Amino acid sequence: MNHSEHTNTTWLFEITPKNKFFTLNLKEVWQYRDLLLLFVKRDVVTVYKQTVLGPLWYLIQPLFTSITFTIIFNNVAGIDTGTVPPFLFNLAGITVWNYFTACLTGTSNTFGANAGIFGKVYFPRIIVPLSIVVSNLLKFGIQFFIFICFYGYYYFQGAAIGMNVTTLFFPLLIVMMGVLGLGLGMFISSLVTKYRDFSNLIGFGVQLLMYLSAVMYPMALIKEKLPTYGWLVEYNPLAYVIETTRYMLLDVGQLSIYGLGFTFLVTIFVFLVGVLIFNRTEKSFIDTV
Amino acid sequence: MKDIILKAENISKQYRLGQVGTGTMAHDLNRWWHQVRGKEDPYLKIGDTNDRSTKGTSDYVWALQNINFEVERGEILGIIGKNGAGKSTLLKILSRVTAPTTGSIKFGGRVASLLEVGTGFNGEMTGRENIYLNGAILGMTKKEIKSKIDEIIEFSGCERYIDTPVKRYSSGMYVRLAFAVAAFLEPEILIVDEVLAVGDAEFQKKAIGKMKDISNQGGRTVLFVSHNMAAVKQLCTRGIVLENGKVVFEGGITEAVDSYINSNQIFESIWNKLTPNNSIAYFTHASIINSENKYVQVVSNRKQCFLKLKVVVEAKVFDGTFAFEIVNQMDQSIFVSHDFDMSDSIREAGCFEILIPLPKFLRAGNYFVNLGSNIRGFTTLEYFPNVLGFEYIDELYGGQTQSRPGTVFIPLKWEINKI
Repeated sequence: MNHSEHTNTTWLFEITPKNKFFTLNLKEVWQYRDLLLLFVKRDVVTVYKQTVLGPLWYLIQPLFTSITFTIIFNNVAGIDTGTVPPFLFNLAGITVWNYFTACLTGTSNTFGANAGIFGKVYFPRIIVPLSIVVSNLLKFGIQFFIFICFYGYYYFQGAAIGMNVTTLFFPLLIVMMGVLGLGLGMFISSLVTKYRDFSNLIGFGVQLLMYLSAVMYPMALIKEKLPTYGWLVEYNPLAYVIETTRYMLLDVGQLSIYGLGFTFLVTIFVFLVGVLIFNRTEKSFIDTV
Repeated sequence: MKDIILKAENISKQYRLGQVGTGTMAHDLNRWWHQVRGKEDPYLKIGDTNDRSTKGTSDYVWALQNINFEVERGEILGIIGKNGAGKSTLLKILSRVTAPTTGSIKFGGRVASLLEVGTGFNGEMTGRENIYLNGAILGMTKKEIKSKIDEIIEFSGCERYIDTPVKRYSSGMYVRLAFAVAAFLEPEILIVDEVLAVGDAEFQKKAIGKMKDISNQGGRTVLFVSHNMAAVKQLCTRGIVLENGKVVFEGGITEAVDSYINSNQIFESIWNKLTPNNSIAYFTHASIINSENKYVQVVSNRKQCFLKLKVVVEAKVFDGTFAFEIVNQMDQSIFVSHDFDMSDSIREAGCFEILIPLPKFLRAGNYFVNLGSNIRGFTTLEYFPNVLGFEYIDELYGGQTQSRPGTVFIPLKWEINKI
């Protein structure tokens, strides 16, 4: 490096007490892209090391949950999924829902789980939640593959399922789900550094949220059966994502452009607030964690 | 024109004491309310100087206060100060782990520090995978690591195990591998914290060796934090002395070390027992003094210092004895000394002043003095742990007293005859 390059006026970077109001230093994140990939690799590779079934565990969880849901909600409680096989109906919802919860719970523990590293060395902290979202996307890919397999099976059995032109937009829906989980997770992770109450909240909060997110029932059904409380589901952006997933993949349920627009706005808002709070926290969380 | 690579302006760091609870939330809300109205943070105006031995008036303390300094390219700056002076906080801020409460620091180059050895190692992953992961955490790109991986593996000496998960490694291999990664970093500014490396003599040696290499190559800037005055003197060109979170001296390294030795803040060097004891033999005073009869907290192996005791014997006791014990920071006993070791025990009633020369075979570090009086083989009369503390520094053996293994450092004369 040229010596005269650094005079009193040119600095590589500066440390100040607080970040600017909103900074998403993409340039720096790009410099650390290798770290992001290595974190993803670590997450994926190490989870099932020293297990016999290995990555099969990725498949076992959604399959068994779907089977349970089918037995409880469809066979016992009698929720009507129309022409779609109940198992496929549940599997579609659970696969997408799992991606959201994995992103949310994974990122919401960013500071706590990484206090050791964060306390010793600097790198853009946002790399960690981003890596969680990406590695969960890989897991989602595996789980989605198993969905496709069952889809094929039922299709050739002659079930009344099909795709439509909106299926092409399914990847966008998944990105939206990931961003929503990321934003919410970053928001919660920042609060947890100081107030541990939130880590208790997230455990059962996510479970309760699932019942409000139309995972195991069609949205139309809740409005019909519970007219007084149905609006709760209507104001839940996640419910629209799940409902739209089924519309795109199984051609069942409703496609609500209003609902999707609402979800999109909420996603952007939550993500921005998440980044904002995360930025404010990352600089000195080590003092309070 | 001076080529400044690092410039710290007015850095302060405030910590809140006590526990996080409802009080914290109230303060946070109040702070936020002030911020919304565009006012200054109300809690920045308060806060005590960080002196842990005195009871403060506020829940906030300043771990660092108005630190200003500049580092030129290629300079080796020694940062010295006693435990609790703020060295680690300063390092945390410089390595961007935590932000200062006020002030700013400007950098003209990449920073890395040797204190991050093994950070982010994952037990399930192999040595090779961990080299990549750790390297990336320390700021290297995959390409950089790839170009150096063979050298790193060779330097670590773990070739045979490189594709085995590191959880199967011995602790020695683990450290070697971790250090190998750090050793191949090429930052413009290197931070070396020797304090954190205490306990592993080999690693310490390597770290200092690496530092010497870097400074010899020239152009590289090093910030060196150490308790080892001999090493600091030997390696650094300039020094800053921290005391209670403030810079009390900045200048040439020799003057800085002298200033550090002469200052005294942290340790108790005087202990007085004012309330009388119903024991028949008791201590009333203990202190550490130098040959000019002045109280000191830093004991150098270059000058003789003494432990001064005052004791009272109420009545003649058969087999009564006074003793003191020196323990190190880890509370390990270094030795116990009794009055009967080389002289006669006190056999008559009265007040006595005792002067004991402190030994010069300690390793550099912090030590504490325990006092006790007892009746031999029968009962303990009094026992006071940690009444005094002192820092033992090495000015004679070039840092050897810290880098060698062992609890004590005893220089011996080797009589060598050619046969």
